[in-house]
Amino acid sequence: MSVIVKKVAQLLSGLIFMYGVYIITHGHLTPGGGFAGGALLAGSMILLVLAFGSDVMGLKKRETGSSIIENSAILVFILFATIAMLVGTRVFFHNFLPVGTLGELISAGVIPLYNIFVGMEVGAALFTIFLALVIYKEEVLK
Amino acid sequence: MILYLLCFLLFLIGLYGVITRRNVIKIVIGLVFMEFSVFLLLVLVGYVEGAEAPILDETIISGPFVDPLPQAMVLTAIVIGLASNAMLLAIAIRLYKKYGTFDIRKINELKG
Amino acid sequence: MSQLIPLFVIIPLVAAFLIPIIGKFLDGFQKVLTSIAFLGLSVLTVYFLCAGPGEPLLYAVGGWEPVRGIPIAIYLVADGLSIFMLMITNVVGFLVSIYSISYLKRFTAQNNFFALLCLMMGGMNGVVLSGDLFNLFVFMEIAVIASYALVAFGIEKQELEASFKYQVLGGIASVLILFGVTMLYWKTKTLNIADAGNILRSSQDRSFVIFTQLFLITGFGLKAALIPFHAWLPDAHSSAPSPISAMLSGVLIKAIGIYAIIRLFFNMFTLSDEMAVTITALGAVSMVLGSFLAMYQWDIKRMLAFSSISQVGYIVTGVGMGMIILARNGDHRVAALAISGGLFHMINHAAFKGLLFLNAGAIEHETHTRNMKSLGGLSRSMPITASTSMGASLAISGIPPFNGFFSKLIIIIAAIQGKFYLLAALAVLISIITLAYFMKFQKYTFFNKPGARDRKKIKEVPFAMCFSMIVLAVLCLGLSLLIFPGIREVVLDPAVRVIMNASEYAPSITGL
Repeated sequence: MSVIVKKVAQLLSGLIFMYGVYIITHGHLTPGGGFAGGALLAGSMILLVLAFGSDVMGLKKRETGSSIIENSAILVFILFATIAMLVGTRVFFHNFLPVGTLGELISAGVIPLYNIFVGMEVGAALFTIFLALVIYKEEVLK
Repeated sequence: MILYLLCFLLFLIGLYGVITRRNVIKIVIGLVFMEFSVFLLLVLVGYVEGAEAPILDETIISGPFVDPLPQAMVLTAIVIGLASNAMLLAIAIRLYKKYGTFDIRKINELKG
Repeated sequence: MSQLIPLFVIIPLVAAFLIPIIGKFLDGFQKVLTSIAFLGLSVLTVYFLCAGPGEPLLYAVGGWEPVRGIPIAIYLVADGLSIFMLMITNVVGFLVSIYSISYLKRFTAQNNFFALLCLMMGGMNGVVLSGDLFNLFVFMEIAVIASYALVAFGIEKQELEASFKYQVLGGIASVLILFGVTMLYWKTKTLNIADAGNILRSSQDRSFVIFTQLFLITGFGLKAALIPFHAWLPDAHSSAPSPISAMLSGVLIKAIGIYAIIRLFFNMFTLSDEMAVTITALGAVSMVLGSFLAMYQWDIKRMLAFSSISQVGYIVTGVGMGMIILARNGDHRVAALAISGGLFHMINHAAFKGLLFLNAGAIEHETHTRNMKSLGGLSRSMPITASTSMGASLAISGIPPFNGFFSKLIIIIAAIQGKFYLLAALAVLISIITLAYFMKFQKYTFFNKPGARDRKKIKEVPFAMCFSMIVLAVLCLGLSLLIFPGIREVVLDPAVRVIMNASEYAPSITGL
């Protein structure tokens, strides 16, 4: 890819990443939440891989890393849901942190934490799928 | 009423694509059209005439809201459709490697 | 005890996501974790079965209480039918996971296999336990997407083609089911199965309900492989690795296809004559055409796949006959007999079809071929496989004292008592044809003169595979004990009672 594409991709991917983080963390106040924000995070990383070409060894290391992030994020999510089974009213998925006032950033109990981990998981999952397809194309389809 | 008929038209276009097209990627795109038509119908079902968007704010506390449950359902269903499409495309790219073609009429070793 | 219900979904999901992380560093971790997780699930199911109360156990996820009498939480319901299906799913899953410990030595990405197997098990448990429509759809998609990946696991040409066909037809089925759920939501404005049943019972719009029911029958019929919708099944079940064929044919098409039809049509919709006749007709046609198509096959697993279509036809015929009798306000005891015959055949089919697919896998593991014409004389070199396969073939054909005889007998007696003489005659005829092609399978595979190839190299399969086959063969004999009243009260009668007293399901959930 030419120099213009590479420079613009470098500048924009940081902005897209920050926008994705904004959508995730304000998931309980504005539309969006975990899924949409996670897709944006994955988009910013895919933009970088598309602009800079693919060197297979580096991509394989990245795929291992993002696969581990994906699995751990889901495990932390299930851990939070199961902690609710042991604390308080003892029901799966119950909201056990204090619920603040309407419209604040730190409110609504455990829901912003769920949003953050779902966002990490969706972003890492989409990036892993993309990397798996790119590695297959580079290595096998000659 | 016209909106529901347009959703059904989109479903029929997707079905036409799955049944008559020969290229594997076009079959996948037809399936995606069928899924999206059902998502549109699902969001339309929850519409209430002249109501607000379902977001609680300091200025809008009460009053008729559009039904938020179909919107949550569609969000989940979009992610499920994404996983299903990723699966289909991964299999399609491996089919191209093994058979050398995307033509569905040449990919029929299993018969009988 | 209703606190333990979410564990059926939590344990497989945690196992499925732990395996890729820790399996990279520890070797053999994935097999140990999967076996222990499935053993724990089976023990939990047996505990639920023995300590089972009369009424359904409810679990409101999130602890949301009903507001002004309308249930707003996601409910997990464990009543008699759910515990019956859980038993089938978890026990067969445990035996398959032990079998795949030694079958998978030829594949390299074993981590992925066990993670996908745990995901599929979690999805099926969720389908059987869920109490509202959209949760049913989501868990069904989890299980089905995991099975798409598992069918294409060893990446040969035929497996990829079979998986692609399976995925396109499965995708169309999911779209049709989501469309049916949308129609139901439009009509009743609620997703809870019990609440929707209440509202549908008091409404008068017949054409809308029939339209929705047709879409739902098409969607779930595609998943359960009834006859106009069976095109994916022979390819998918014959090309998949053998433990996955056993799981798909023995558990998945029942837990996703037939269970959903039973739950929605008995407990949610009011029974109508046209739908009952449609379902029974589809079952009868599947029964007949599946057997006729199975007679011409020379590939072992393709023959077993067509035979699955035929046996699923038996189950749907039994349940459909009960539905017809209930819709016409006939004799309740005959309807109960027909439905219990169908459910008994469901659990029997899981046992003997699972065993037959595991046997085919053992044969393929040793001789590397699936074509019956090039096998022969294996009964001396593989004694355990031969004897368990003979037991399973006799069971599926309906020879006493195996379990297939009792379940087919109950279906035939119920057909005669309900005056469905054509169905009874067809059931007897198809049973004889089943015996014919299974005897052909036995003769060509085990008892012919061996070919010119070197037969001395073929020995018995490793211990883990033998263990699963022997346990399933013992179950084939032991399940015929379900006929006796003592054991039947615990296992089969709660399931039949839930289906028969359809009007009891809704008040017991919304009344709480």
